[in-house]
Amino acid sequence: MGITRGWRSTLIGAGAALLALAAIVAALGPALTVIPIDVLRLVVGGLLLVFGLQWLRKAILRASGWRALRDEDAVFARERAEAASAPRVERAGLDWYAFTISFKGVLLEGLEVAFIVLTFGSTQGSIPLAAVGAGAAVLLVVLAGLLVREPLGRVPENTLAFAVGVMLTTFGIFWGTEGAGVHWPGGDAALLGVLAFVSLLSLGFVTVLRRRKLALA
Amino acid sequence: MKRFGKFWWDFVVGDDWRVAVGIVLAFGITALLATTSVPAWWVLPLAVAAVLWLSLRRVAR
Repeated sequence: MGITRGWRSTLIGAGAALLALAAIVAALGPALTVIPIDVLRLVVGGLLLVFGLQWLRKAILRASGWRALRDEDAVFARERAEAASAPRVERAGLDWYAFTISFKGVLLEGLEVAFIVLTFGSTQGSIPLAAVGAGAAVLLVVLAGLLVREPLGRVPENTLAFAVGVMLTTFGIFWGTEGAGVHWPGGDAALLGVLAFVSLLSLGFVTVLRRRKLALA
Repeated sequence: MKRFGKFWWDFVVGDDWRVAVGIVLAFGITALLATTSVPAWWVLPLAVAAVLWLSLRRVAR
């Protein structure tokens, strides 16, 4: 948005979204700590499962050839052209298009991160520790982006989506089951078993669907 | 208001509402079994495998 419409309105939009996010987190964080842990695990597990299965479903369909792989360069070019051709409307001295798009983008992506950090933190009993983990992850991602940009750029987008889907689904199954009042055999170590199960299941579905696609071709 | 509702529907439920319904049902069965002496940890993994496969099959046929 900044390189297409100018940086002033874009950065003000991003800053306003960060303020809104801080207010939401300040209100939600303490509220989450008073909810009973099993209820929280059930709700969080359910949400992680539906999010995770959405990611996994799309990644499996793309990996097996039933959906076209996302061409990130083409998406960037299309969205840049759309941003450049949108009419310029001034409100409060700002390019309203640039302000609202950057506000919405930062707020929605930030909400996802805030949701994950708050829920992981509260289900494990320490929101500050989860926040420190999130901060460390931001630093790590920035450093990795600076140091190994080229090799990272070659990792297919669908592989990342696949991994995110597997992780979200794994945690969703684990916490959802505990939230429903069931204890895993082996305690927390069962998480590794669930991770292996979801990974193998997803890879198996990719193989089966790929064969089906080839058979129909 | 309608667009706001649609946004949250897309954000939470996504392309296939049957997946969300299947997960809610699986939670219910798990919670019911948890009140008995029958082990219930296997319900959710099995339900995930079933709803994911059925959802994939609807696209890949």
